Amino acid sequence: MSECRDCHDCGAATVVEFPGALESPKIVALAGPPNSGKTTLFNRLTGLRQKVANFPGVTVEQHTGIAELPDGRTVGIIDLPGLYSLSPQSEDEQVARDVLTGERRDTPRPEAILLVLDATNLSRHLMLAAPILALGVPTLIILNMADDLRNRGGHVDTRQLSAQLGAPVALVSARQGEGIGQVFEFLASAMPAPAPKDLPVLQDVPKCRAWAGRVGRQASYRPPVPPKWTRRLDSVFLHPVAGPLVFAVVVVAVFQTIFYAAVPLMDGLRWLFEVSGKWVAAALPDSIFRSLLVEGVWSGVGSVVVFLPQVLFLFLFIGILEDSGYLARAALIADRTMAKVGLQGKSFIPLLSAYACAVPAILSTRTIENKRDRFATILIAPFMTCAARLPVYTLIIAAFIPNRPVLGPFLGARAAALLGLYVLGFLAAVATARVLKSSILKSGRTPFLLEMPSYRWPTVQSIGLRLFDRAKVFLRRAGTVILLVTVLLWIMAHLPAVNGKAPAIGDSLAGAVGRTLEPVIKPLGFNWKIGIGLITSLAARETIIGTLGAIYGMDPQSQKLGLQKALQHDLTPGGAVALLVFFAFAMQCISTIAVVRRETGGWKWPILQFTYMGALAYVGAFVAAHLIR
Amino acid sequence: MSGKNVQPESSLTTLVDLRRGDAATLDHIDLPGKDARRLMELGFLPGIRITAGHSAPGGDPRVFQVDGSEIALRRETAKRLKVRLDKTRHASGMP
Repeated sequence: MSECRDCHDCGAATVVEFPGALESPKIVALAGPPNSGKTTLFNRLTGLRQKVANFPGVTVEQHTGIAELPDGRTVGIIDLPGLYSLSPQSEDEQVARDVLTGERRDTPRPEAILLVLDATNLSRHLMLAAPILALGVPTLIILNMADDLRNRGGHVDTRQLSAQLGAPVALVSARQGEGIGQVFEFLASAMPAPAPKDLPVLQDVPKCRAWAGRVGRQASYRPPVPPKWTRRLDSVFLHPVAGPLVFAVVVVAVFQTIFYAAVPLMDGLRWLFEVSGKWVAAALPDSIFRSLLVEGVWSGVGSVVVFLPQVLFLFLFIGILEDSGYLARAALIADRTMAKVGLQGKSFIPLLSAYACAVPAILSTRTIENKRDRFATILIAPFMTCAARLPVYTLIIAAFIPNRPVLGPFLGARAAALLGLYVLGFLAAVATARVLKSSILKSGRTPFLLEMPSYRWPTVQSIGLRLFDRAKVFLRRAGTVILLVTVLLWIMAHLPAVNGKAPAIGDSLAGAVGRTLEPVIKPLGFNWKIGIGLITSLAARETIIGTLGAIYGMDPQSQKLGLQKALQHDLTPGGAVALLVFFAFAMQCISTIAVVRRETGGWKWPILQFTYMGALAYVGAFVAAHLIR
Repeated sequence: MSGKNVQPESSLTTLVDLRRGDAATLDHIDLPGKDARRLMELGFLPGIRITAGHSAPGGDPRVFQVDGSEIALRRETAKRLKVRLDKTRHASGMP
């Protein structure tokens, strides 16, 4: 923890340029199988001095960081994706392999490798040592989870192991910080090339495993007894009756937290932005510049930042679930259901969180290793009825649907309509998933494998760093695009200026676009006013309410009731239902588009998704407008 | 199902036929080379002992203990792993 406190002052403000700004250009790679505690070690070595980006051209996340040695020198560390072997089967593994072999031109070939292996499962994990040592790059073999090994009665002679492998070996516990000094010692040393006694034929898995077993025996490796608590917890969490119950409780807790617990914080942030906006407005002279700053920039940034509590709460939950080991069990329980639409268990939590907001949901698909499953999950997530659709739904439903009972006193017509819209979004998601998974994102016949890690206590450091990471990614990436678009929309609503003042919205550029759009949306039962609303709702769905309020020139206080009246005047019942269907299907959310672009590594998928959802929304609204009159 | 568990050791069956607590020895993997390789890297090597563990409700996917790890496989994959059942059945109702 001390290295963390040291850099607390510099904190978030220090943007570490990597690798350009490095004083000593020593770069090492952190490699290891999944579940070896690689990322915990990375956090331990680099603390807050890390940076997340994508490897150019691929969707693999690149974690880089700076470790400071006790003598003050610094070393750049690349945390590679998990590897089972150097014969890659996924994009992640391909990238890891290419970095290690120096085949990626955008990443300098590491001068040394820190190979992280799980000491409690050494015989199998040692298999990866063979191809790594064969690279001839200086390597430190790090046996992680030393505390687990010791507590459960395991043993390994590191000196013997080092002699067998011809490379230094360090027994560490990344979680406890035990033995980290040995890693720093290695990094500060001359780092000799490895000289293993013998290596197996790398292509032959059984031979590699036999070699690993032999090396382990020569190092008097005694595997620890199976983790008692993992067995005990699994007999509850994977119990035929108790298991699904616990799962349901976890699901409800996640849902409630992001849906309700985050709301006061979000309201607080919204209030903060309003108050500070007013403060800025009062401090500046009345000008077009002030209007741009307050109505464009301020509210644009504010509309993104208010989502932050939701993002953080979701990642707090996912962090705890993943680090504790429960996420793998939840994925196991959900797998059968998800398999019915061609997805897998790990898609469940992201899709669930998409009911609050698609943005954190899409960010959380990182837990799905299979790229095709991950993309399919990203593409269907925005169909889930997110919180931003709710105000639009409630406004239109309240204006057009009389509140008469449908199922006795239990279900009113309005509640039934709302429920129907949730079901509609869900069905669209399921149908889309089926189409995607049987066509462009077909997984082929790759077997579904899910490793069940032992249960462990999540550490505050690891979860804290992850939250910090996600907050940074969210604010930076979604923030820049949102800002741009809100400013653009502001300009459209304020030009051409009349006597130096903004025109009435009907006469503005946005109004002109709304009118141009009218012939296209007329078949759906929408007029140009709704058209402007559809354009501004691109920034965020609920924006349409404020826009319509402005078009009808309403006082914000009486807006809600007045708006209902105005809408009843402008929309037929068919048009109202069409508008609801349109909102259920269309991808009117710049934040989501920005996040999809980031997570899929380009514009191809977000454009496809936007077009597809838009087409579905148009057709759906058209059908609705003609069925209901 | 229970009839299969007392079959002689020589006959081959698949991982799907294992119930919780059953142990078997892997004979071969009936999958394309690339997929078989990944399973082998995870410990599913011919000759290794596999124990069936918990499963999701409905029995699919199921967790298998192999080479110090616990790996969950779907039914469609498990049936491609041909195994020889161990003679003695392990207590299946363990806590």
